[in-house]
Amino acid sequence: MNNHMKVEMSAKSENESFARIVVASFISQLDPTVDELTEIKTVVSEAVTNAIIHGYEDQDHGVVELECNIDDHEVSLKIIDYGKGIFDIDEAVEPMYTSKPELERSGMGFTIMENFMDDFEVVSAKGQGTTVILRKNFNYNERHVLR
Amino acid sequence: MSLISHFEKKEDVLLVRLVGELDHHEAETLKDDWQNQLQDEAIKHVVVNLERLSFMDSSGLGVFLGRYKQVKTNDGEMVICSINNSVKRLFELSGLFKLINTEENESEALSRLGVAS
Repeated sequence: MNNHMKVEMSAKSENESFARIVVASFISQLDPTVDELTEIKTVVSEAVTNAIIHGYEDQDHGVVELECNIDDHEVSLKIIDYGKGIFDIDEAVEPMYTSKPELERSGMGFTIMENFMDDFEVVSAKGQGTTVILRKNFNYNERHVLR
Repeated sequence: MSLISHFEKKEDVLLVRLVGELDHHEAETLKDDWQNQLQDEAIKHVVVNLERLSFMDSSGLGVFLGRYKQVKTNDGEMVICSINNSVKRLFELSGLFKLINTEENESEALSRLGVAS
């Protein structure tokens, strides 16, 4: 199966749940398990929240783009913002690291993305924004053979 | 779906029941409401019931960690109960289980803190 979708939304925290639901609906064609759905919703939530809080510093401006590709049994997600960018990616992905300790952030966003997905990649340039790419294999074919 | 938080006081325990989805958007309000509840000097401990929490991301971890620290400064204890599997994974990843005690259900959590439910 091959499929693709792309949505653009305002960088508002109200859209965090919207982004989760959009991706969950789109990948439902792969017949995911409850656990797989929760994992995907969680990583989308983490990445979109990062874009809003860090990319745009919660200023209620800017857009977040969300892309999802289904290529056979692999799902890839792209979460793109055009905000301030990450200055030190190695530091940002460290477990428990947060650039905003005053906001009670746990610093676990990237760790969760890394753990819940098979593969993750962060591309960022100062002043230009950040793109997070997440990939995960769904055992779609296996399950359908088993049935 | 948004988050609904119920607060109830039982002796020196604040019981917090969360219903719905806890993300960054909901975390701010929850934090403010929870902090207001903790202003009551009769409150020492906190029980958080997650039975009806259908979704949570790392924003929830931040709120729990923040309230844990607050309760700790009053020598209180925080007990979280009825944790589903996906939330359990987040707790494991973040090491929160090392700090916060957990119980199977609300009555066990309350009795651990000396409150008969």
